[in-house]
Amino acid sequence: MAPSLDISGDFPILARQVNGHPLTYLDSAATTQKPRVVIDAIRHYYERCNANVHRAAHALAEEATAAMEDARAKVAALIGAGDAQELIFTRGTTEGINLVAACLTGRFGPGDEVLITEMEHHSNIVPWQLLCQRTGAALTACRVTPTGEIDLEDFHAKLGPRTKLLAIGHVSNALGTVNPVAEMIDAAHRQGALVLIDGAQAVQHLDVDVGRLGCDFYAFSAHKLFGPTGIGALYGKAALLEELPPYQGGGEMIEHVSIEHTTYNQLPYKFEAGTPNIAGAIGFGAAVDYLGGLPLHALREREASLVNQAISHLKQIPGVQMVGEFRERVSVVSFLVDGGHPHDFGTLLDQQGIAVRTGHHCAMPLMERLGIPGTIRASFALYNSATDVERLVAGVEKAIEFV
Amino acid sequence: MDLDEIREAFAFFDGWEDKYRFVIDLGKDLAHLDDAHKTPANLVRGCQSQVWLLTELRGGRMRFAIDSDAQIVRGLIAIILTVFQDRTPDEVRTFDIEGLFAELELIKHLTPTRGNGLRAMVARIHQEAERAAA
Repeated sequence: MAPSLDISGDFPILARQVNGHPLTYLDSAATTQKPRVVIDAIRHYYERCNANVHRAAHALAEEATAAMEDARAKVAALIGAGDAQELIFTRGTTEGINLVAACLTGRFGPGDEVLITEMEHHSNIVPWQLLCQRTGAALTACRVTPTGEIDLEDFHAKLGPRTKLLAIGHVSNALGTVNPVAEMIDAAHRQGALVLIDGAQAVQHLDVDVGRLGCDFYAFSAHKLFGPTGIGALYGKAALLEELPPYQGGGEMIEHVSIEHTTYNQLPYKFEAGTPNIAGAIGFGAAVDYLGGLPLHALREREASLVNQAISHLKQIPGVQMVGEFRERVSVVSFLVDGGHPHDFGTLLDQQGIAVRTGHHCAMPLMERLGIPGTIRASFALYNSATDVERLVAGVEKAIEFV
Repeated sequence: MDLDEIREAFAFFDGWEDKYRFVIDLGKDLAHLDDAHKTPANLVRGCQSQVWLLTELRGGRMRFAIDSDAQIVRGLIAIILTVFQDRTPDEVRTFDIEGLFAELELIKHLTPTRGNGLRAMVARIHQEAERAAA
């Protein structure tokens, strides 16, 4: 018998009511809901083996350390990192990108360029602006086409010998565009640039293999992958991480400290100052285990077909315009309705128990390029069903009556 | 429409649909600001919708001209103006607007999410009233 594709029962929150309606959760690009096993893993850690890691000789500390390092190995394996020492735990994608920007500071100066795209989330723009302010380097963004794809001609024109770093999103959070990162990574490497991939929106929906991609850094968050908030991971090539200076100073990241001089701990601890988010890391590991136990291929196919259903049904509603038309998309359906502001639709859908995101989705340069104030964004995850699509479509039809 | 009429209307609503239809209709009756007044200085930024606010003090009373790009927000502005328009700075700064929104079960529109600019607008109105009263 084929395994059931309805996994919504694994997620306690999906059983609740909102504003008198069953919850229709279509905001998974903002954060996914958490399965019972992740919640249980965190509770189990606090109830049974809470202790600080990597220090004490007692049993609890050993158990906590083992659980955390076990989680690191699982997360590393999820993205195809060859060695768990290349996997740094962070607070999330944003911190991963800031870590790289901070640690690369010494490598940049006037005349150097950081290349991004107009499609980036603010967290893959602002850290580079700050780096450029510190170093005198310049930030350049390649254009996005009116259909919501990276303009590759413009990318190849802007990529050059001055480009020291390419930083791009694997998947657009606002539109769902899957970007041709493999091709862009190769092109950047031929110019001698380093490459960071913002994988926040990709890891849940795509098989990511950093070894095959060849990127130098890959940043992502647990909370968009059924894991807890406040924990994420940054992959970096070991040789590169060895060369970089530490990110923050403190405990954990040192080997030996005297008042005059400190030698740093080995990878990945050199980049993990202070007591880490142990419970978060363990929850992250449990989320990866959960994913591993799912019929992932079939679930992702179903998710893609739900996204397509939503698009084709929404398109049939008079006045609805889709934002972004492209070949490869995951999870996200972004749209506008004539005569109505996205915020009005967000409120009217919420009244019907439907959670979507409205606004600029922390991608203001993209909205400016597309000439729109924002969008209504429905984003799907593996736990969504055809019922959610029906409720979304009916909800939009109802909301249109109001405006 | 004055506040008593709004209260009366709210008392008869049967569910969210009546309420939001009413709020949106109130917004439709709110005068639009000229584009010339939609300047960065007059903009109260919200993550999801924008609000523009002009204030003047005339004969000891505060006059407001407010607009938004979102219809529900325009309706909520219309409700807010029934208690703030043509009042003295003291009346404006002491009126319990959160209490009113709680009573009308619209309080989520004034809660501090990265929401709709309405809370920031009320804060700015209070600042203007403080300044006028000083």
